[in-house]
Amino acid sequence: MTEAEIARFLYHEARLLDEKRWDEWYALFTEDALYWVPLTRGQPDGIDHTSLAYEDRLLLQLRIARLRSLPPSQQPESFSQHVLQAPEIEMADDGTGAWRTRTPFCYAESRGDAMLMLAGTAEHHLVREAGATKIRLKRVNLVNCDAALPSIQLFL
Amino acid sequence: MGQYRGNPAAIRGLVREDAVHRDLYLDPEVFALEMEELWAKTWIYAGHASQVPNPGDYYTCTIGAEPVVMVRHTDGSVRVLRNRCAHKGTKVVAATCGNVGRFFRCPYHAWSYRTDGTLAAVPLRGGYDGTGFATSEAVRGMVPVNTVDYRGFVFAKLSDEGPGFHEYFGPSLSSIDYMVERSPSGEMAVAGGVLRYMHDCNWKLFVENLNDTMHPMAAHASSAGTAKTLWADKPADAPKPMAIEQLVPFAQGYDFFDKMGVRVLPNGHSWSGVHFSIHSSYGAVPEYEAAMIAAYGEEKAKDVLGTVRHNTVYYPSLTIKGAIQTIRVARPLAADRTLIESWSFRLKDAPPLLFRRNVTYTRLINSPMSVVGHDDLQCYRLIQEGLAAGGNEWISLHRDYQPQEAAQGDITANGTSEISMRNQYRAWAKFMTLGVP
Repeated sequence: MTEAEIARFLYHEARLLDEKRWDEWYALFTEDALYWVPLTRGQPDGIDHTSLAYEDRLLLQLRIARLRSLPPSQQPESFSQHVLQAPEIEMADDGTGAWRTRTPFCYAESRGDAMLMLAGTAEHHLVREAGATKIRLKRVNLVNCDAALPSIQLFL
Repeated sequence: MGQYRGNPAAIRGLVREDAVHRDLYLDPEVFALEMEELWAKTWIYAGHASQVPNPGDYYTCTIGAEPVVMVRHTDGSVRVLRNRCAHKGTKVVAATCGNVGRFFRCPYHAWSYRTDGTLAAVPLRGGYDGTGFATSEAVRGMVPVNTVDYRGFVFAKLSDEGPGFHEYFGPSLSSIDYMVERSPSGEMAVAGGVLRYMHDCNWKLFVENLNDTMHPMAAHASSAGTAKTLWADKPADAPKPMAIEQLVPFAQGYDFFDKMGVRVLPNGHSWSGVHFSIHSSYGAVPEYEAAMIAAYGEEKAKDVLGTVRHNTVYYPSLTIKGAIQTIRVARPLAADRTLIESWSFRLKDAPPLLFRRNVTYTRLINSPMSVVGHDDLQCYRLIQEGLAAGGNEWISLHRDYQPQEAAQGDITANGTSEISMRNQYRAWAKFMTLGVP
């Protein structure tokens, strides 16, 4: 993929989240994918260390199904806006079809009259699978990952 | 001046045998008095000794409204000191944790303190000769707080008034014992980071909820119920992911939670899950059970592993889950603002799976991104907002109330009883008006 194609893919991914097109978003992930929001800077793993989120497809599916059910905490509903900086390509292997990117972002999550602002850098590990680009890992490094945080209800 | 300061009768009037007044959750004056009375005259959790393993290691936190630093002194004991310079009041230690060496040093005028809080040095000390300094408050240094290290759990009491440590906690300490004894060598240490979840609600709403077993089937239908549905069509022999094993039991019905049982003790302490709990059905770990039997003998190992209490409340600040070695700490910030910390412990000489369970559980349930926690907090917030409504100023705690319970003290009741909350408010009224006839 070219740099422009990778950027387009990542902008599309964020847009799917902001438009709550969760099924399309979920379909972007490989079978073995992880969506990870570490609790500390440079956190080496999510199995022997607590994370804010460390979710495989099953847990992502649960999160989506729950959001759709309009649970107590989604009355009123939350809405998100990702604002992405142009991604940097950290690693590209066009031969095997694998890319690693780094995308600084601002994230707003609104609910009723309240608005939560977060910022950080998203790391994506992308692969080509049956002609389509898929996410194997989305790691979201919040700049204030270790702060006392309020509820973060949607996907970063 | 409001209506509660200097008016113990008004404070006591907020707590009935079976109901409490909304001002407990809403009134800033009541909150300020809670910090001065209840949170000063009872034993509050500071931190765990394993956070400060070496002399000079420190951890800063708050006890009630006061900034403190927990530090390992040169004699090996853990001390809790007021985090305030004796000179002008600068918070001496700004970082969350670290090692200070032998002395704390104020960043402003370089006054320094030993790790027991005593004043070690003041620059140009001669300037104080002939002044009242030597007999002033300043020579007290960083004033120590009453501290007890119980099997690594460090509790502090700001005031010299109030009960002694063992008198205060009584048989509730057995939950800490059972947690520590889950390690074959009887040791455990904080590990894996701390989740810090800001709750925009009164601290008591969180603490009450720990033994509230009437809410999971309603508030957590969206998370646990959905997890149950997602897993429902899987074959019976499909290996159950840890997340499913942990989330699905929250979807149990009223009967399960009622039979689980709750035990209350004097001074506001209690635990749910007297007979079994949502942690009872986790998969067996044979090599761990063998190690436990080798360490403690068959009978004791069976007792420890068979004790799967749900939440034990060490009123008012700490709640623990011995069966999975996680704790939550309430740090009240304002009438409508509370920081909840979730800590995990690694059992020494236990298989890695146990710590992974613990980390998974605390992430799924206690993270600011938890699909379970979101609905709990939403309900607390709705109480905080809803109590502004007129027409009824009282919170009902009538479920399974029996007039003789106040006199009994130590009671085991059915799990869905609201007795743990009534028990908390009896303690609340007691320590808010301690010493007043």
